[in-house]
Amino acid sequence: MNTATESAAAEAPAPAKPKPAVPIKMKGSDVCVFYGDKQALFDVDLDIRDRNVTALIGPSGCGKSTFLRCLNRMNDTIDICRVTGEIVIDDQDIYDPKVDVVELRARVGMVFQKPNPFPKSIFENIAYGPRIHGLAESRDELEEIVVTSLHKAGLYEEVKDRLQEPGTGLSGGQQQRLCIARAIAVSPEVILMDEPCSALDPIATAKVEELIDELRANYTIVIVTHSMQQAARVSQRTAFFHLGILVEEGDTDQIFTNPVDKRTQDYITGRFG
Amino acid sequence: MVDVVQELSTPVDWQSDSMQRRRKARYAADRRLQIYGLVAIIFALGFLFFLIATLTIAGYKAFIQTTATVRLDLSAVEIDRSDLMKANWRRIVRGALREQIPGEMSRKEERAYYSIFTSSAAYIVRNKIMDNPTLLDGPAVFDIPLSDPFDQLAKNEIDRDLPENRRRVSDLQIKFYDQLVQAGIVSQPINWGLFLNNDSRFPELAGLKGALSGSFWALLVCFLISFPLGIAAAIYLEEFAPKNRITDLIEININNLAAVPSVVFGLLGLAVFLGWFGLPRSAPLVGGMVLSLMTLPTIIIVARAALKSVPSAIREAALGIGASKHEAIFHHNLPLAMPTIMTGTIIGLAQALGETAPLLLIGMNAFITSDPGGVMEASTALPTQIYIWADSPERGFVARTSAAILVLLGFLIFMNAAAILLRQRFERRW
Repeated sequence: MNTATESAAAEAPAPAKPKPAVPIKMKGSDVCVFYGDKQALFDVDLDIRDRNVTALIGPSGCGKSTFLRCLNRMNDTIDICRVTGEIVIDDQDIYDPKVDVVELRARVGMVFQKPNPFPKSIFENIAYGPRIHGLAESRDELEEIVVTSLHKAGLYEEVKDRLQEPGTGLSGGQQQRLCIARAIAVSPEVILMDEPCSALDPIATAKVEELIDELRANYTIVIVTHSMQQAARVSQRTAFFHLGILVEEGDTDQIFTNPVDKRTQDYITGRFG
Repeated sequence: MVDVVQELSTPVDWQSDSMQRRRKARYAADRRLQIYGLVAIIFALGFLFFLIATLTIAGYKAFIQTTATVRLDLSAVEIDRSDLMKANWRRIVRGALREQIPGEMSRKEERAYYSIFTSSAAYIVRNKIMDNPTLLDGPAVFDIPLSDPFDQLAKNEIDRDLPENRRRVSDLQIKFYDQLVQAGIVSQPINWGLFLNNDSRFPELAGLKGALSGSFWALLVCFLISFPLGIAAAIYLEEFAPKNRITDLIEININNLAAVPSVVFGLLGLAVFLGWFGLPRSAPLVGGMVLSLMTLPTIIIVARAALKSVPSAIREAALGIGASKHEAIFHHNLPLAMPTIMTGTIIGLAQALGETAPLLLIGMNAFITSDPGGVMEASTALPTQIYIWADSPERGFVARTSAAILVLLGFLIFMNAAAILLRQRFERRW
């Protein structure tokens, strides 16, 4: 490099950070979680990329569900749980006292391991969220939101004739897709999924995985999974947790074919977990 | 190594005598346990059966009232229709009653005769005519209850063979009575007056209307106070209270409240509600307030248990889509807990229905013969009415006390059955 370019570079304002190739939707920095005196997560730094599926894998009890629940502040409901560090969504700290947690949970939706539809009709299940957040001005708008959410969850054709029947009367796989539709109905930006398929049979699992792939176009998805095959099929980024530490994260292909850390290698090849 | 294995696998003789005897003894213990349980149930049910049988035997006669059905033709009598109250009903009615039996009677005999009928006969006829003045146009039929001694005579409670000075009814009166029976005007219809009449010092006229009204208002006030307060307290303790020593103290004291003797609440009502607040004595309002203090801990405990038993998955789902705390409680937790809470409330109210001691202390055992007023006017309640009647000397009140107890038990059984039905119908729909 000749001196001219060098001095030009020296005069130009130094770039603060290299601009990431993909926009980051949520970012965790130095996140630690304590249950009373016991520490469950140790200084986790993780970027969640926008409109990507990020899989959190690891053996039981490694803290992946704990980290997931931090992202929408569901850990607030546990009295003895304490979270330190910083988690931001679109550069806004979610633990800032000024943040409205109710709004946050609408923007960051959650689907649980065991499908938990409300004991109400299918319509009411999906309409509840938009109604309490005031997303619909009229009954017609509400119906539209319900139908759209059911379409997006791939459930509409199966339930269009029985919207007034109880949600608990559906099969397991349908219930889980109902829960996904319910989360979608409040127009989230991020959807968190805590082992969504572990209670489902293989065919229902396949349907849900297909759905996740379709949803990726419009939503950021973070999925905790025990199944590495599922992580490989469904995600673009993978993070491996072990004993509360984020051991490794990167592109899914790279993690599964060429892991850097030995612990990751051992887990993937089935030596433990 | 091989020897150890061989030792371990010595075959067990399951059919040996000692094994069989052992098994027999174990089965015998099973059967004994079954028998103990059966004996316990038989004992409990037997006691209940005995209680109800005793009450029924003592009280069934009170559901019947001996009545004289007389035809009175008052069209010929001079009565001012514009002022029916002023007419000399006593004379009119006595004159008509006198006609039921032919023959001459001296004054003394006439007095003996009139005492066969209830002393309020005149008022009964007057009130019926005032409700329907067209009855004056021609002959009309009136049901006049016989006075208590003759009601008892008709029910064979008075021994005719006793010497006259040891009976409440004289020989002459018995003669008149038999003549009335022969004339065919004496009957024993169902005693609707037991439910429709107010209290009276005459057993033949006494009824539970005032008591039923007082109990109804008291229970209503009790429900309206204790239900919302109880649920609100349970929600606070379950959802909002921080887990510290103060909360523990509150919980302990609520359980203590449920164990306080009921008479203490009566004293509290007397001192605070009647003394400080100056509320009217014997009012169902005060009765309801005192009863609500007793029902409150029951409802709080039941509501807490019910809220705890709602699966947390529903609550998490609600919070997960951004419901606030109160929305999660009112839209999800509470509706699912409501059947259990209702069951507990009904049982609590059934208990409150039978509470006597606190109501006695605030004066709901007053003797009230007027029509029941509203919630602010002096009244009795069902258990206190039983207490009053149990104290009364007239023979007729003996049977009526038992009958009133049966009525109270009837309501209790009905309320408990309703609670069980509710629970079965709405149980576990998630």
